[in-house]
Amino acid sequence: MKAAVILLPGLNRDRDMIAALTKISGQAPQTVWQTETSIDDDVDLIVIPGGFSYGDYLRCGAIAARMPVMQAVREKAEKGTRVIGVCNGFQILLEAGLLPGALMRNASLKFVCREVRLEVANARTVFTQGYSQGQVIRCPVAHHDGNYFTDADTLAEIEANNQVAFRYTADTNPNGSLNNIAGIVNKAGNVLGMMPHPENLIEPAHGGSDGRALFESALGLVGA
Amino acid sequence: MSIPNIIPITEELISAHGLKPEEYQRILDLIGREPTFTELGIFSAMWNEHCSYKSSKKWLRTLPTTGPRVIQGPGENAGVVDIGDGDCVVFKMESHNHPSYIEPYQGAATGVGGILRDVFTMGARPIAAMNALRFGAPDHPKTRHLVSGVVAGVGGYGNSFGVPTVGGEVEFDPRYNGNCLVNAFAAGIAKTDGIFLSEAKGVGLPVVYLGAKTGRDGVGGATMASAEFDESIEEKRPTVQVGDPFTEKCLLEACLELMQTGAVIAIQDMGAAGLTCSAVEMGAKGELGIELDLDHVPVREINMSAYEMMLSESQERMLMVLEPSKEEIAKAIFVKWGLDFAIVGKTTDDLRFRILHQGEEVANLPIKELGDEAPEYDREWREIGSLSPLDIAEVEEPEDYGQALLDLLGSPNNASRRWVWEQYDTLIQGNSLQIPGGDAGVVRVDGHATKALAFSSDVTPRYVEANPYEGGKQAVAECWRNLTATGAEPLASTDNLNFGNPERPEIMGQLVMAIQGIGEACTALDFPIVSGNVSLYNETNGEAILPTPTIGGVGLIDDWNHMARIGGASSGDAVILIGGDCSHLGQSAWMRDCLGRAEGAPPPVDLMEERRNGDFVRSAIRNGQVTSCHDISSGGLATTLAEMAMASDLGMQLDFSACHGPAHALLFGEDQARYVLTVPADLSGYVMASAEGAGVPFRHLGAMSGDSLRIEGLMSVPVSALRATHESWFPAFMDVPEALAAE
Repeated sequence: MKAAVILLPGLNRDRDMIAALTKISGQAPQTVWQTETSIDDDVDLIVIPGGFSYGDYLRCGAIAARMPVMQAVREKAEKGTRVIGVCNGFQILLEAGLLPGALMRNASLKFVCREVRLEVANARTVFTQGYSQGQVIRCPVAHHDGNYFTDADTLAEIEANNQVAFRYTADTNPNGSLNNIAGIVNKAGNVLGMMPHPENLIEPAHGGSDGRALFESALGLVGA
Repeated sequence: MSIPNIIPITEELISAHGLKPEEYQRILDLIGREPTFTELGIFSAMWNEHCSYKSSKKWLRTLPTTGPRVIQGPGENAGVVDIGDGDCVVFKMESHNHPSYIEPYQGAATGVGGILRDVFTMGARPIAAMNALRFGAPDHPKTRHLVSGVVAGVGGYGNSFGVPTVGGEVEFDPRYNGNCLVNAFAAGIAKTDGIFLSEAKGVGLPVVYLGAKTGRDGVGGATMASAEFDESIEEKRPTVQVGDPFTEKCLLEACLELMQTGAVIAIQDMGAAGLTCSAVEMGAKGELGIELDLDHVPVREINMSAYEMMLSESQERMLMVLEPSKEEIAKAIFVKWGLDFAIVGKTTDDLRFRILHQGEEVANLPIKELGDEAPEYDREWREIGSLSPLDIAEVEEPEDYGQALLDLLGSPNNASRRWVWEQYDTLIQGNSLQIPGGDAGVVRVDGHATKALAFSSDVTPRYVEANPYEGGKQAVAECWRNLTATGAEPLASTDNLNFGNPERPEIMGQLVMAIQGIGEACTALDFPIVSGNVSLYNETNGEAILPTPTIGGVGLIDDWNHMARIGGASSGDAVILIGGDCSHLGQSAWMRDCLGRAEGAPPPVDLMEERRNGDFVRSAIRNGQVTSCHDISSGGLATTLAEMAMASDLGMQLDFSACHGPAHALLFGEDQARYVLTVPADLSGYVMASAEGAGVPFRHLGAMSGDSLRIEGLMSVPVSALRATHESWFPAFMDVPEALAAE
């Protein structure tokens, strides 16, 4: 499978993401600059990495979501291409309307960088099939605005549709997210947004490789 | 409408610019006429203490700055050290003390921004940052506000820019009540054949302004930072710059792209004294004149005068001399990143610094005299007598050693700093091997299978106060030791010298003697100083800070598969003390923080012993014999053991009965050149025999075992209790409603 990483000014985990995809798939992903209006047909996985696109000025992800490249991401997503947004990438997907809900400032009102534990809430998505249902994995977080929120009806719908892919274990929720939500997929199951950084836990030097299976799943290297 | 540039020069105006009457006379003698208002501002910017090092230069020259690996020593934006395979590490530490006290968030944020820019101006991509922070007493009404703002500012800038913060220090002392210290360190990696310098070359070449637009923020910042504080401090808020990490991140990427094109002949970031200092440095170093036409400077405010543009410290700006044939390529890169690119002047052959504004010449000054021939003082200094060593018999032993250790671990200066460093992104770039909480931060070198760099920042100000010479030595020795404790070979260091008013002979004495101590230690440990910064006038209403010469060090790990951490020991591993039993309690953290007694001489530093013990520890780590390692510093052996037990989440069963001396000195004394190692039980005999062979004192203290730190006959404390105490002070101190209200 061929991966592409979206580049916007202010993103800063792009190099981490490119390194992770390269190490796991054996080939460097394509990069797509914000002003591009289309993404190659043969791209099967689009990744929007973390960072502070446009400085997080206005609202996290709000300006990025309106750049030309996001229209191209939307068109590909509608055709079923897999899309992952991590951290700021998740915020951008929410602002672009590709996923439901919003991410508010952490309940502590402070930036938080630490390792948390995630429960795989739905192991049947194309992104999580390398994990087992209910498996608890380690994963780092690093964000200021990761407090997932949505209205009660949407929340009930997300839960009913099994759209929650990852939850923080109750004792490690770092930001006050509703229902301990750390990552969700869209209804069709081909768009994933998550706050934690699996790309920073993929090899022994990182002190573990619990994040690896996510990329292996998304790249079609394991499972179905 | 024309903007007025003519303002009469009065005595008040001269003094408001921080210029002494004799310095003003020097200006008159130099140019043979009264300076214009803009020229007065330029002289003030170039000749203040912060930019000219006029009080410290004489003594800084005595420091060792060369070595086989040193590519660039002091004098450029940052120091450069060879790490092999065509790569080099570029690093520096710099203070942002004065602005951080006035406006903690922006002061600290722009301190981080400034040091990052120093590193990438030279062509290096930043890979690690550290911050050495010092605040007043925890119960001082300003302290929470400053801690909260400074930490948020450091994180706000570094996290957004995208550099991992892998180390640092946080310390409290009433002597910082009126002046906090924010010392920011950054390091980057470059190719040894891809280093960019500030020396201009070639006549008639375009001088290009890059980055963000110029505003009125920070006008006069460097002059402000060269004066003491008094009650009027609030009025100085406009001298603090405002940071924009997003623009800096774009500037980094644009500059690194630009440097690949061959367009850059010379480049200098605009830091203190902005356009003035960067232009003068580039010209003076290259023996060239510079002419600037301010009508072309990108501005974000209307009606800015020449004076304001020349003295603005707006952030995220660079000045470069451009290879003219590359103009279009260079410009396209800056357009892509949404940044300004404007030709604002040219190099000339007349050694003049000429400024044009609205078609008129508003300044015309000799560039060499402004820059590298600024005034220099040989200030009067007084030798600081050392306190005599404290007789340990005068110090009563605690009734309960376990409780004494808990009291120490839960005190403001010895409690865990997790509350601070969890607000910093420690993991970004995916190369962090060791994050804060151990001896040194360790980061992998991208593109190399096994190589890593270690970073540590250290100084013990109470030692420097008690004996500036030994304290200066100790700061270097502790930094060297922290790098060694990971298995790194210490390569080189940067110094950030924070002191009070150098016009007072006793303060000047602290500075001189600390530099002498630093110099001796750097020479003895082959640990040259390759960059640095001096921050003087850290005084409020005549009371100076503790003398604080912070040392930032860099070490090289050839194979990170063989490095040591503070944790990672297994049950059954032998616990071995490297270095002698402790015999000093003077200036110890335990006496200061638990007994309220800051007395006696600090522990002396024997540099030969430091080197011998350190070399032994490093080779044991590199030979794969060590499962965890930690140096002994503030808090003594007991603190080291407790921190290792917490990091390994494992107890220890120890016996001190073979040790010499009273238990309180053994446990809490801070004798230098010492480490604790854990080694697999089957290797312990071998490691101790090697130590004996190397002439290194050692003692087998016991083994990792159980879930309590148990020292026979002295204490038995569950590791969980140690952790609960150690982790609780900082959050309890900061996460209170008053702290939130103060923001």
